[in-house]
Amino acid sequence: MSLTALTIGQARDRLRRKDFTARELAEAYISAMAAARPLNAFLVETPERALAAAAQSDVRLQKGNALPLDGVPVAVKDLFCTEGVETTAASKILAGFVPPYESTVTANLWRNGALMLGKVNLDEFAMGSATITSARGPTENPWRRKGDNRPLVPGGSSGGSASAVAARAALAATGTDTGGSIRQPASFCGIVGLKPTYGRCSRWGIVAFASSLDQAGPMTRDVRDAAIMLQAMAGHDPKDSTSAPLPVPDFEQAVGQSIKGLRIGIPKEYRLDGMPKEIETLWQRGIDWIKSAGATTVDITLMMTKYALATYYIIAPAEASSNLARYDGVRFGLRVPGETLDAMYENTRGQGFGAEVRRRVLIGTYVLSAGYYDAYYLKAQKVRTLIARDFNEAFKSCDAILTPTAPSAAFAVGEKMDDPIAMYLNDVFTVPVNLAGLPAISVPAGLSADGLPLGLQVIGKAFDEETVLRVAAVLEDAAKFDARPAFVAGSA
Amino acid sequence: MALDKATVARIAALARIKVPAAELDALAGELSKILTWVEQLDEVDVTGVEPMTAVTHARPPLREDKITDGGIRDKVLANAPETTGGFFVVPKVVE
Repeated sequence: MSLTALTIGQARDRLRRKDFTARELAEAYISAMAAARPLNAFLVETPERALAAAAQSDVRLQKGNALPLDGVPVAVKDLFCTEGVETTAASKILAGFVPPYESTVTANLWRNGALMLGKVNLDEFAMGSATITSARGPTENPWRRKGDNRPLVPGGSSGGSASAVAARAALAATGTDTGGSIRQPASFCGIVGLKPTYGRCSRWGIVAFASSLDQAGPMTRDVRDAAIMLQAMAGHDPKDSTSAPLPVPDFEQAVGQSIKGLRIGIPKEYRLDGMPKEIETLWQRGIDWIKSAGATTVDITLMMTKYALATYYIIAPAEASSNLARYDGVRFGLRVPGETLDAMYENTRGQGFGAEVRRRVLIGTYVLSAGYYDAYYLKAQKVRTLIARDFNEAFKSCDAILTPTAPSAAFAVGEKMDDPIAMYLNDVFTVPVNLAGLPAISVPAGLSADGLPLGLQVIGKAFDEETVLRVAAVLEDAAKFDARPAFVAGSA
Repeated sequence: MALDKATVARIAALARIKVPAAELDALAGELSKILTWVEQLDEVDVTGVEPMTAVTHARPPLREDKITDGGIRDKVLANAPETTGGFFVVPKVVE
């Protein structure tokens, strides 16, 4: 078996048995990363850094005092600031920005022994659902439709992360999820993506998009790996005042536990008109798997679901317009000269932001502007209260919720691209979770008729990632998803 | 809400983003479509509903009022497009 085919759990155990070294594993991934260049997943490769960290891991492994993630090569979404390594959020406006500090989540990974392979692509400032708004060009999905060689999108915004993990060019990746940006690309690329509860992972050092929605999480090949990664990434951070001062449970221990007696909610509002039959069928299969594992299903109602996207597309752009005010051409990144200070700001931001970011900053500016604040922003905040209330009510009668992750499989580059709203609909099943601040996971559960992966989503109560992982592991066991993408980088 | 070109130009000025005049019409169309779409929230009765302003209901933590960081001028300036003598350089503001 090639080294890049192993999961984190398997690699960890075999590294400790000295079947191979951290250096050998790092070298296998460095070659795989190079072989995967046609996907345009990696924006920056850091092989020397990976090898230096692997050498330190090997010393600990030799001595028998290995750290939890020693030797695990990780791809980092280029939204996490990495000290000394260019961080651009896939935007022209941050070209050349080299952070003098490290994000808390990545620092936690390195402290636990993981090594950085490189920085991976995303939609500009994480605004998008297909990784096509990147200033560095689109990332390709390693999967292809049966009998059709057209390139497909990997989903987004964490599309570089999903593509790299699916193509075996990284053992795991970090992602961020503001409206589905971990779960939807995980579904499109046939991997596991976990968005933790808001506050579980520190946002410090992550380029901000919408601060009340953003949350970092792991993207991995299986559910156990997601648990192992989250364990290392999570934890209270005094530098993020919204980070939860709670102990981090033993997530891996939840994987493999029985779900006998659990009550799983099935929201009727997620049955959309015009949803592809195969998504419906996949969901039903998931329900059957849950029942055969001894859980019961409960019909629940999430009445406000149909308003979640509209709410999100007011709140997220509003927060983005405020967060992105810092890109002013003065302190970092691009500067385009102008006669006056205002002209310099306008030129810099006019040339530095791509079309989708500009659209969202303008929408955000409008809904926050005098005379429109109450009609749009305040209204959306009130509907958000109702959306969160729906979940609270539902969780009185169930322990977790099962839904599809996305309303379709991956689509081709060029499809759904002329209409922003058609693109926004990708996130219809994922956005409500961010608005309510809940944890949720996407697990690969089957293939579409044309051979593309489809994911199921498990949503949990706040700070109950353990139940989410427990249910996800049962789905994974039942689905036995072993299909491989058309392109696999690692064959060493 | 249908936005006209003048409104888009005004928002763009508020957001300090230069939009070429030739792009205003198309942008007005796109933004109007998005705003009309989000106005479906008008159907929702929110009488008596408090706005959700934070995800966590915990009281924000307080820290001691003392300086815990600083003395990193060169790091702060390291990514600036233009600096001189330990300062950021900006176009002339006062005539």
